[in-house]
Amino acid sequence: MLKTPSLALDSRLPPRAGLGLKSEHFREVLLTRPDLGFFEVHAENYMVAGGPLHHFLGQIREQYPLSLHGVGLSIGGEGPLDVAHVQRLAALIERYQPQSFSEHLAWSSHGPAFLNDLLPLAYDEATLDRVCQHIDQVQSSLKRALLLENPATYLAFEASTLDEPDFISQVVRRTGCGLLLDVNNVYVSCVNHCRDPLAYLDALPLHATGEIHLAGFAEDIDSLGERLLIDNHGAPIDHAVWQLYLKALERTGPVATLIERDNHVPAWEVLLAEARQAEQLLSAAGARS
Amino acid sequence: MSDQHAFAAALLDPRKACPPGLISANGADPESRFAVYRNNVLGSLINALADNYPVVVQLVGEEFFRAMAGVYVQSTAPRSPVMNDYGEDFAEFIEHFEPAASVPYLADVARLERLHVQAWHAADAEPMAEERIVATLSSSTLAGHLKIGLHPSLRLLQSPFAVVTIWSAHQHQTPVPFEAFPAQNALVLRNGLDVEVFAISHAVHGFIAALQQGLSLTTAMEASNDLDLEHTLAGLIRHQAIIHLLAEQVSP
Repeated sequence: MLKTPSLALDSRLPPRAGLGLKSEHFREVLLTRPDLGFFEVHAENYMVAGGPLHHFLGQIREQYPLSLHGVGLSIGGEGPLDVAHVQRLAALIERYQPQSFSEHLAWSSHGPAFLNDLLPLAYDEATLDRVCQHIDQVQSSLKRALLLENPATYLAFEASTLDEPDFISQVVRRTGCGLLLDVNNVYVSCVNHCRDPLAYLDALPLHATGEIHLAGFAEDIDSLGERLLIDNHGAPIDHAVWQLYLKALERTGPVATLIERDNHVPAWEVLLAEARQAEQLLSAAGARS
Repeated sequence: MSDQHAFAAALLDPRKACPPGLISANGADPESRFAVYRNNVLGSLINALADNYPVVVQLVGEEFFRAMAGVYVQSTAPRSPVMNDYGEDFAEFIEHFEPAASVPYLADVARLERLHVQAWHAADAEPMAEERIVATLSSSTLAGHLKIGLHPSLRLLQSPFAVVTIWSAHQHQTPVPFEAFPAQNALVLRNGLDVEVFAISHAVHGFIAALQQGLSLTTAMEASNDLDLEHTLAGLIRHQAIIHLLAEQVSP
């Protein structure tokens, strides 16, 4: 059994289930005060001057721990980080004092263009240096450690010389960042790249896990007619992902767990039921540890 | 050319082959895997536009909108990760998009929707209390020299079409029939947590535009013929659009 993350990671989300906060849920949340461990928002949605988004997030933040999840920093980008964007993140962190800030092992900007997707990286020494340098820059600007999320990918690069979990382990070791373990991404990537999810999980730096993400995927087929899983956050969490989550909890102990749903968002009760399911597994993991 | 440069270029241009150096573990054609990223990028950006322009979607239908937005996305990728700002010049694009020419008011409806999004996210400001406004306006001998500070969310639009009526007709489940003419001026502002949209007269439009430029009450009145001042000020007060009154610097 690995230890739960240290306070040095600056990740103090409670080891409970949380939900992604959507504007259509603001009033429901304030009215019913659901028994959840935390809420998570996408940082970029709140990079606006004022209005209802800040009004409601401010009220909800007074009552719940918050995870701020970035989707636009382009940590793996070849170019320099967008300093204005880092400043916008710093302002949000200052305003809402979230328990956790996380970003992705991916790139999303090139030159002046923002591509609005989490794009894959070639895992070589040059990329490793660049990613570590960018994370150092972000962590020193934000004065806190970030959690780095393992990606869901659909193809790989001939140029890669490092294995993905090994690459992530080295980033965590060199930068002191934590891991946002996305169990759905582990499953999606392993199916897409013909790997064993458990072996992949064991190769990750699980001791640094500060948060877990669970989500649903879509199924496609590739040119060979084989399963190609798409991380679309648009379906219920798959049975195989729940199973893998159990295995992950056996290794990490109870860790704050987010149910991610960004597309085809179902009724609030359906999301709460998935959160309750995660909470039961978290309690069981807590009793064991 | 860098690897990410080729990758990014091929994402936005479906005529380009997928970049070299990509592999799939099972030996599948990388093109079929690269297509996932292409679809994600195009689809998510079209969705972002659809979120920001819901009435334009209703006016032309989902299928036409997605095709039109796809052409826009491929020519104009976002310049920032803040998707609320994406599509700032979508109305100008629509204006020159030949297949949409049969819906002449479409670009102005897009302009109104852009102002609606801007008003929604504009900076917060405390409205001035009605009693204080009334007291200042009626007591000050220099009332005419006062400058009226308007809420940061307040926006104006002039259109040759009945843009407010068209927009309003699409705020309900069942669209209401509308006349595309006559010309309308729109006032958009956030009142509390709600964004409100009104059709205003030419005179009121001229008056508020002058106030927005920082002109004094008197000068703004002079700029607009046939203005019902009392009625207009009462409207601005009722919708919490006035945030302060400042005495104009009068040179000695």
